Amino acid sequence: MYPKEFHFTKDHEWVKVEGDEATVGITDFAQKQLGDVVYVELPAVGTTLDIHQTIGVVESVKAVSDIYSPVSGEVVAVNEGLNDSPEKLNQDPHGQGWIIRLRLKNKGDLEKLMTAGDYEKFLEGLTS
Amino acid sequence: MKKTRLHESHKKLNSRMIEFFGWEMPVEYSGIIAEHLAVREAAGLFDVSHMGEFLIRGKDALALVQHLTPNDAARLAPYQAQYSALTTPQGTFVDDLLVYCLGPEEYFLVPNAANTDKDYAWIVAHKDGFDAVVENVSERYTQIALQGPKAREILQSLTDVDLPAIKRFWARPGKVAGVDSLISRTGYTGEDGFEIYMTASEPAVVWEEIIRTGRPHGLLPVGLGARDTLRLEASLMLYGNDIDETTTVLEADLKWIVKFKKGDFLGREALEKQAAEGIKRKIVGFELREKGIPRSHYPVFVRGQKAGEVTSGTFSPYLKKSIGLVYLPVADAEIGAELEVGIRDKKIAGAVVPIPFYRRETAP
Repeated sequence: MYPKEFHFTKDHEWVKVEGDEATVGITDFAQKQLGDVVYVELPAVGTTLDIHQTIGVVESVKAVSDIYSPVSGEVVAVNEGLNDSPEKLNQDPHGQGWIIRLRLKNKGDLEKLMTAGDYEKFLEGLTS
Repeated sequence: MKKTRLHESHKKLNSRMIEFFGWEMPVEYSGIIAEHLAVREAAGLFDVSHMGEFLIRGKDALALVQHLTPNDAARLAPYQAQYSALTTPQGTFVDDLLVYCLGPEEYFLVPNAANTDKDYAWIVAHKDGFDAVVENVSERYTQIALQGPKAREILQSLTDVDLPAIKRFWARPGKVAGVDSLISRTGYTGEDGFEIYMTASEPAVVWEEIIRTGRPHGLLPVGLGARDTLRLEASLMLYGNDIDETTTVLEADLKWIVKFKKGDFLGREALEKQAAEGIKRKIVGFELREKGIPRSHYPVFVRGQKAGEVTSGTFSPYLKKSIGLVYLPVADAEIGAELEVGIRDKKIAGAVVPIPFYRRETAP
């Protein structure tokens, strides 16, 4: 269910690392909890983010939810497609529903994150 | 937490449940947007058993209802209903509710779930001198709502009651799927449809038969999430958001439920005074021109100054834009008047628009 190559946070963000860049999104569990996403507030390209700093906001019909950066770095791309099709976040949270891409400042940040297996166990703890 | 008699049916439908004023209620099944659109385009079935029900009976039942509410209950024939309110002496809302006449000495009131206990205490406290018995029968009732353009066709296949003969805001007793019901042509969605009251100990058969019969017509079970977005598109007030003990009936744009000619009632003097002097603020609808979703309590600015707070706001699933309600000073409440809503650190531009935001075009 959760891609093996991704890293995860307890706030339900995922990180996919390619070279020195990291793509960040929210997990399938998160999108299910939120329900139909109708608006995503994205940061500007060039913004520098620290770990746990707010990336932006995801709003579903019922809820407003902050998204936090799992790693530190500079925003090199944002998923503009979410402006017109925020539902991509529900339909394909681990793919087309990505939120931002960062240039990693410190690869050591990744060590603090969960593996897919850890995250799945973490979810079992939440839902049991 | 209290559960409705349909709890097991919701679980079978994989509903997501939330706590709602002490009740465990379904908030969504397949998704708020899909459920919302099903009601606009086909049909939706809601469990609204958390709503309260009171019976007022006796020689002075009508006189007591007239004393408590601003609308004219004397105009109701048996099995006719009206939208009304319980008003304070200040002309504000204890609650909004439906009043049904069941007979010359019998009235049936349907208050909000969150207010049922408060309303009952209010009525009891104001019934001195009236020869009437008030009973809180909420626990006995299961209430479901079948709403949408296909509602009548779906329900008709499960009842012998001639549904086209029930006019808007009328009701009729009869069996639905073999279960004794009161079938009322009312609702809280802006669509045609029915609310069905049942006192059976096992009403789930009705719920399940409607689901089974309705599915081929596009019916979906609908939770409280879409109930809220549907009622807001139709600009139907939600107690606790848009109306409460600080807002008067006139400010809430509900002058049509105030009948001064009927005689005395709680709040009459205050409302007459306010009507004569003119209201200072009133509820209006607005829509945003830029992206952003207005939500309850977000500040609303006019000419840069805070002028009010959003009472209800949402992204409208049918109209595909951000809409909301706000009380504004009357001078700033004209259709087309510019405003801004404070959303986090931004001010998003919008304008006052006519309400309801959505109105069904063809009256059936």
